[in-house]
Amino acid sequence: MKLASVPIALTQCAKTFRGTRVLEPLDLRIGAGETLVLLGPSGCGKTTTLRMIAGLETPDAGGRIAFGDDDVTALPIEKRQVGMVFQSYALFPNLTVRGNIGYGLRIKRVPTETARQRVDELLAMMRLTAHADKPIDQLSGGQRQRVALARALAVQPRVLLLDEPLTALDARLRDTLRGEMNTLLRELGITTVYVTHDQAEAMELGDRIVVMSAGRIEQIGSPRDIYYRPANRTVAQFVGTINRLAGERRDGMLSTTGGAVPLPSGATHASSAHEIFFRPEDAYLADPAHAQLRGNVESSAFLGERTRLTIGGAAPDALLIDVAGRVELARGTPVGISIVQDALIALS
Amino acid sequence: MNDITFPLRWRIALIAPALAVFIAFWLLPMVALAQLSGDGHAFATYRAMLTNPRYMSSLGATVLLSAAVTAATLVLSVIAGLLLARREFPLKRTLLALLTFPLAFPGVVVGFMVIMLAGRQGLIGALSLKLTGDRWVFAYSMSGLFLGYLYFSIPRVIVTVMASATKLDASLEEAARSLGASPWRITRDIVLPALSPGLIAAGAVCFATAMGAFGTAFTLATDIDVLPMTIYTEFTLNANMVTAAGLSIVLGIVTWAVLAFARSVTGSAVAASA
Amino acid sequence: MNSIPAPLPRAAKPHSRLRWPGSRTWLAAGQWLVTLLLCAFLIVPVVMSIVAGLTVNYFKGVSSGLTLRWLGEVWTQYHGSVFLSLEVAAATLLITLVTGVPAGYVLARSKTRLSRIIEEFLVLPIALPGLASALALLVVYGGFTMFRMSVAFIVAGHVVFTLPFMVRAVAAVCASSDLRTLEEGAASLGASFFQRFTTIVLPNARPGIVAGALAVLTLSIGEFNLTWMLHTPDTKTLPVGLADTYASLRIEIGSAYTILFFIMTMPLLVAMQWLGVDATGQRSAARKRVAVSPSSSTTTP
Repeated sequence: MKLASVPIALTQCAKTFRGTRVLEPLDLRIGAGETLVLLGPSGCGKTTTLRMIAGLETPDAGGRIAFGDDDVTALPIEKRQVGMVFQSYALFPNLTVRGNIGYGLRIKRVPTETARQRVDELLAMMRLTAHADKPIDQLSGGQRQRVALARALAVQPRVLLLDEPLTALDARLRDTLRGEMNTLLRELGITTVYVTHDQAEAMELGDRIVVMSAGRIEQIGSPRDIYYRPANRTVAQFVGTINRLAGERRDGMLSTTGGAVPLPSGATHASSAHEIFFRPEDAYLADPAHAQLRGNVESSAFLGERTRLTIGGAAPDALLIDVAGRVELARGTPVGISIVQDALIALS
Repeated sequence: MNDITFPLRWRIALIAPALAVFIAFWLLPMVALAQLSGDGHAFATYRAMLTNPRYMSSLGATVLLSAAVTAATLVLSVIAGLLLARREFPLKRTLLALLTFPLAFPGVVVGFMVIMLAGRQGLIGALSLKLTGDRWVFAYSMSGLFLGYLYFSIPRVIVTVMASATKLDASLEEAARSLGASPWRITRDIVLPALSPGLIAAGAVCFATAMGAFGTAFTLATDIDVLPMTIYTEFTLNANMVTAAGLSIVLGIVTWAVLAFARSVTGSAVAASA
Repeated sequence: MNSIPAPLPRAAKPHSRLRWPGSRTWLAAGQWLVTLLLCAFLIVPVVMSIVAGLTVNYFKGVSSGLTLRWLGEVWTQYHGSVFLSLEVAAATLLITLVTGVPAGYVLARSKTRLSRIIEEFLVLPIALPGLASALALLVVYGGFTMFRMSVAFIVAGHVVFTLPFMVRAVAAVCASSDLRTLEEGAASLGASFFQRFTTIVLPNARPGIVAGALAVLTLSIGEFNLTWMLHTPDTKTLPVGLADTYASLRIEIGSAYTILFFIMTMPLLVAMQWLGVDATGQRSAARKRVAVSPSSSTTTP
């Protein structure tokens, strides 16, 4: 099913609770049909932003929210035509699965036959037909999540809002459902705002990711942008793991404890020249005689598909390097590390 | 968080009926009662009443009785309540149901129960006759009243104690045991302190109920000198509305003060069970 | 690293067949004694009064024979009071439902200072002695003869006294954050406040409403302090009738009348026990409906 979707624009939206500013004024433009992920640690303001878009919170004076050409800032949630999936799903215990999914349609007084068809369609799409008449306390976590989604979609919203929909599920289930969620969102083509603190979800599901921290937007970009070209330290440290090389700048190289590394092309700014960063998977073991850095193995963690080595002595901080799972190195082994050139990151 | 989903006009509409009933049938009448008790010159009337030895001794007796009942109830209820909350035994549910049955009894029925136990043909009298040759009849005195108050207080407090006891964290006691503490010490150092907020609250309510109890005293005798009875006699036999009103207000204030004090000590809504 | 000190050698205890019970056992025995005595204290008089209501002659005891004669006499004379009590209880329940349920919801969801103050006030009728409330009602409404002589006067007193229990029981359920999220969910689907209140709030607050209803019924049937002051010869409820018979009539009749009272309240108390409602009209934590928790099941979807 394809749903008509609408672009969203937030202008200078801030939020203050009881004297504390939880969200600094932010501007956000979301394209029609785009899936935007709000990513950040708890307390960063992502849920508040989502609730403002939903209409459950009003922005502080001066903030504006628009769905397409409509200014919805003063419109309560009942009239905004959004579909919302809550973290706890908020399924109505007094109604069956069918009753829950059809609730919004009953409210809108959609004719019974049409409503029934729509509900059946959604039940089939979410593979819930066998459970249609059960009370919700008989459903598993994954099933409940799908009911919540179906319920939100039944009213054909112009915007879909998801508040950490997978967080309440166990890890295994989360992985499976993430893929299903991705397929579904692509199929629906509806403007979606998705809140999560899990990077894997963010990267798999988002067309663009908004990394937030302490009430501010740190960076907006595609998953690859965020991951390979983080705008600042906060983003770099929150998304994935990051290693830091600190030392002195000399002749276009950064000299550090265990060797020297060529400066990345963007590192001309004086203040950033004493540190560069790279990701664990972008370094590889090399012959200590020819490698860029030399150090020794402090510890080795076998993680199944890879081994994560902690290397000391190569840089002021310990470095985390990912190598193939089959590689086994004893503590104290001297190693050489080289880093893929394009993977070096300079941060402001 | 700002509650967008609950508009103000609905808040007002939903609470208005309850407030209307409350104001019409309690608040305004109480204000009128207070006014009546002043009889035009509140200070003088109250002073006369508060210095009247008969009324003050009645108030004093009521306070003492209520305090004694509260203390006894708390002790007995803790002992029994802890056992009932923790031990499983056959017919436990039946026993609990039987114990909580008296919760629904009005004071009159409680008085009747006391007569069954300690009246002229009472069980205690019959037993004491067999054992000591003396028939103990004390239903129609303060001791009988004490028994009666105990009768309706114990079920209420036991229920609260049991509820609090089930919330206790067992691991604290296990930790104490692992450090060698005796059962008595555990009760004293761990269990009682943890129960004390609930006990204070329950004790305050027990006190308040005993202060205001009327039916029991009424059944046992009309000349037991507790304040509710005094108020009743002033009202019906002496047609002394002003004094009756004044004494009621005093009774109300003392009761409310005790509850407020207990609430400030425990920091929770105390008038939870009356 | 310090090594753990070697365990202290234990003094060898002489093996004796007769062991003096330790303090643990004494404590437990003491507890059991107190508990059983209390149970006896509470239950024995009830049994005695039931028996007394069924014996031919109380002074002679059971040996004089069992009879239903007293019950019959009590019923002929006093069935009016039984029906009146039921009538008053039903009317009280109706009014407290209509006024108390919405009020409970408002107080649970409003976190303002005003709502705290209102809550404090609403509780006063049970914190202060019933006698005072009764006198107050007489002072203001005693002059309105029609009202004062009618059953409605009694109902007014009962409502004022039981309303806080209903409000509190409903507020306890409505205060749960789960209900709040459900309302937001309904709002996101377009439901107006009224629609949310009727289709979502009320059905899910039902446990609290039932608990409150049981408390109100039980309290109303057993109410004496207020009713005694407010009653007229035409508006005698069961407890008022009981007081009359205790004072003036044979103990067998009083006992039989008490049996009637037990019969009326027993089903209510059983229902309360069964649903886990306690003396305050609130549901015990163990019986509270476990909120639908998404993570409570880890089976495959």
